[in-house]
Amino acid sequence: MRKLFKFHGGVHPPTHKTESSRTPIVQAAMPSKLVIPLHQHVGNRAVPTVQVGERVLKGQIIGRPEGRLSSAVHASTSGTVSAVDMQVVAHFSGLPDLCVTIIPDGKDEWIAHSGMDYKQTPHSELRQRLREAGIVGLGGAVFPSDMKSYSHKHKIKTLVLNGAECEPYITCDDLLMRERANEILRGAEVLRELLYAEEVLIGIEDNKPEAIAAMRQAVADDGHARMEVIAVPTLYPGGGAKQLIRVLTGIEVAAGVRSTEKGVQCFNVATAYCAWRAITFGEPLLSRIVTVTGNVERAQNFEVLLGTPVDELVAQAGSKADTYKHIMGGPMMGVDLPSGAVGVTKATNCIIEASQAMFPPPQAAMPCIRCARCAAVCPAELQPQDMYWFAKGKDFGKTQEFHLFDCIECGACAYVCPSHIPLVQYYRFAKSEIWQREQEQQAAEVARERHEFHMLRIEREKQEKAERLAQKEKAALAAKPAAPTPLPVAADPNADPENTLQMRIDSAVAHSNMQMRIDAAAARAKEQVATEQPKNTDALTPQQQAEIAEIEARRAKFHEIASHPGADDESPKQ
Amino acid sequence: MWSSPFITTPTSVSQIMLRVLLALIPGIALYVWYFGPAILVSLTLASITALATEAIMLKLRNRPLKPFLSDNSALITGWLLALSIPALAPWWLIVVGTAFGIVIAKHLYGGLGNNVFNPAMIGYAVLIISFPAHMTHWISPNTLGGIGLSFVEQLNYTFNGVLPGGLKLDAVTMATPLDTLKTQLHLGLSVDVIRDMPIFGYLGGKGGEMVAIGFAVGGAYLLLTRVISWVIPATYLGTLFAIAAIFHLADPAHYVAPLFHWFSGAAMLGAFFIYTDPIGSPTTHRGQVIYAAGAALLTYLIRTFGGFPDGVAFAAVLMNICVPLIDAYSQPKVFGKKGDGK
Repeated sequence: MRKLFKFHGGVHPPTHKTESSRTPIVQAAMPSKLVIPLHQHVGNRAVPTVQVGERVLKGQIIGRPEGRLSSAVHASTSGTVSAVDMQVVAHFSGLPDLCVTIIPDGKDEWIAHSGMDYKQTPHSELRQRLREAGIVGLGGAVFPSDMKSYSHKHKIKTLVLNGAECEPYITCDDLLMRERANEILRGAEVLRELLYAEEVLIGIEDNKPEAIAAMRQAVADDGHARMEVIAVPTLYPGGGAKQLIRVLTGIEVAAGVRSTEKGVQCFNVATAYCAWRAITFGEPLLSRIVTVTGNVERAQNFEVLLGTPVDELVAQAGSKADTYKHIMGGPMMGVDLPSGAVGVTKATNCIIEASQAMFPPPQAAMPCIRCARCAAVCPAELQPQDMYWFAKGKDFGKTQEFHLFDCIECGACAYVCPSHIPLVQYYRFAKSEIWQREQEQQAAEVARERHEFHMLRIEREKQEKAERLAQKEKAALAAKPAAPTPLPVAADPNADPENTLQMRIDSAVAHSNMQMRIDAAAARAKEQVATEQPKNTDALTPQQQAEIAEIEARRAKFHEIASHPGADDESPKQ
Repeated sequence: MWSSPFITTPTSVSQIMLRVLLALIPGIALYVWYFGPAILVSLTLASITALATEAIMLKLRNRPLKPFLSDNSALITGWLLALSIPALAPWWLIVVGTAFGIVIAKHLYGGLGNNVFNPAMIGYAVLIISFPAHMTHWISPNTLGGIGLSFVEQLNYTFNGVLPGGLKLDAVTMATPLDTLKTQLHLGLSVDVIRDMPIFGYLGGKGGEMVAIGFAVGGAYLLLTRVISWVIPATYLGTLFAIAAIFHLADPAHYVAPLFHWFSGAAMLGAFFIYTDPIGSPTTHRGQVIYAAGAALLTYLIRTFGGFPDGVAFAAVLMNICVPLIDAYSQPKVFGKKGDGK
């Protein structure tokens, strides 16, 4: 038996897995439209490459990756582009983002595509393929996989495949491992090749015996060497990459450190599966497995085209009438969707239909009694009660001293809090305030530098002007007694031992040249300022203005939460 | 719309506090068995005072009444104080102590969660400094064959200050075993001679040792239900035992055996119910060890060399002051930053 390690804390929320894990994956029906956000990944938003009215084919790129950290977005089926505009997306902010809306034609007609043999292909090409196929981390982090597949000169020993799926309710990875184990493992081989990793460790929580058995069978069937399927204890958040790495290898990857620096890289099992499809068949990421569960008639897993509206998806599972919200992800770290109209994205592993009975609204918070149950369960080994205290008091410097940015927002603290304090909300609030302040500070810094440079330039110009005047006067003075002829341009300065005059003239010309250049630069700078300034203040589109208003409203809400968290409120009730 | 997590455990502050109250019941039952029902009167008075002053203070501070009156924390303050002072006492003694604890030590510091000191222990400190005479009249256990008072007779004393048939208070009360030990040692007797006196039992004082066992049983319940962790009780009792053992082994004639310290006075009550009060104790493990060890040391020093009969309450108050400092200097290393690269 392999020696497993422990991480600190953790909780055992009711798993609610069996509701959706008893039936095989079902192909979801073709939706009436697809709303595909162009920003479904960490990094830069993809740039739209299609026009309204254009016919697109299944697998066609509709958003090309921009910049180093980005990923492609594709048409999930064939059809016609009906809109390229801002739509509400599956994000907790509730803010709209650029989406491509496609009306499917029902033909599901593929664009020409072909696979490659990963063993015969240079790594750079494989990575390019992953990027163009839109492969991102499907465990929820949606980090572009090509950026995670760089090997640091054979320094990676272990590739960890994450099949832990620790969040309650979610079973999409469980079903994928049961049904498509072979392809997951082949994907793992591709990733191992890219990383030059020695061993592959596949961590699966021990509440998924069928998945463990299927994966072990597949390892044996295909004769994968140095690849091991390991049952890890069911303990939330054991599926966090850092926690799983810790459990399997004993290595702790601190916040702000890349696991590769410690010789480990971690991918979700579904990511490995999609990487395999992309490399070997040339299929971009067009669909994913989504668990639909909670307040529904038939909780189950669907293979869903990206962009499928959540409303149309949950209807297929028989969402009940008293559903009052859709939670995307699990109950511990999920997102309360702003609308049922949003499209399924690469991050959508689960939709939990929530009724008041199953997910009652939070109770009024009581004061913190410093019981430190939160500290006992914190996997990052933080002191949540202290971070809460300082976040509430808006002492953000102190929250950072207490390692606010090591917090992974797993929610274990808030889950056990007997005072029902929305702790994670306080940490998010503190983080967003700190980011906001840093941005403001950076802006101020830039403005200050600009101002200083401006003053410096004025000073220099003055000085140079004075110098030039002095030079001119001297030149005029020297020129008078000499010949009244124009400048002896052709004269050889070396031939003339008394060439001081020529030198002076040269330097005067040089100075005036420089002056011209400086003037031009100043004009350019002025122009730049003139074009830039309105961008920041006046020339906002109504959309941008709405965005700003919404961000402000959200911040105001955070402020409100921080100062009025319920019964525990120092200011008198009105 | 709220943000994750969308589920919480059903545990609540009021449930935790209720379990603490339940855990006190075995000790209270044995108290009644050995000392008569007077303690029930002072517990009732303490409860009424605690809830009334809590309500008044919440009203004055514009706080909602319902969540805070039902959190059971005021009742704990009242009960702990009632169990710390003599049961046979004029009614105003417990009322003054409880009111002081709730008003000054709890609400003037910001109410639940914000109090620096354990309100019950502040109440105790105020009473023993202001009314030392009343604080020495502990009921003799009925097993000593003294004149037991009936419930009505006890009530009559509490509210009217009248004892039946012109009895003197001294006839029905006695000094505590800890007090007796200290006095007799001063008179030059050795520990084993003193321990043979009738008021002493197997472990501590007659009756009192049984009540202490009752509190330990309640403490075990709190440990099993995870209301408290083992760190503070184990460190406190362990340190108290160790210090007492060192002194006892060095000079058995003058320093009583460690078990006597465990089962006398409020040591058991302190170990499981007073020092474990989360609000006034450190949150880190290392901090809790320092805090409990410090409390044990102070308890021993005050009991053995100090002027007060017991040291549990003062040790609690003194260690409460140190908590911010202890917390600040006992912060554990966070995940991945332990320095050993692992």
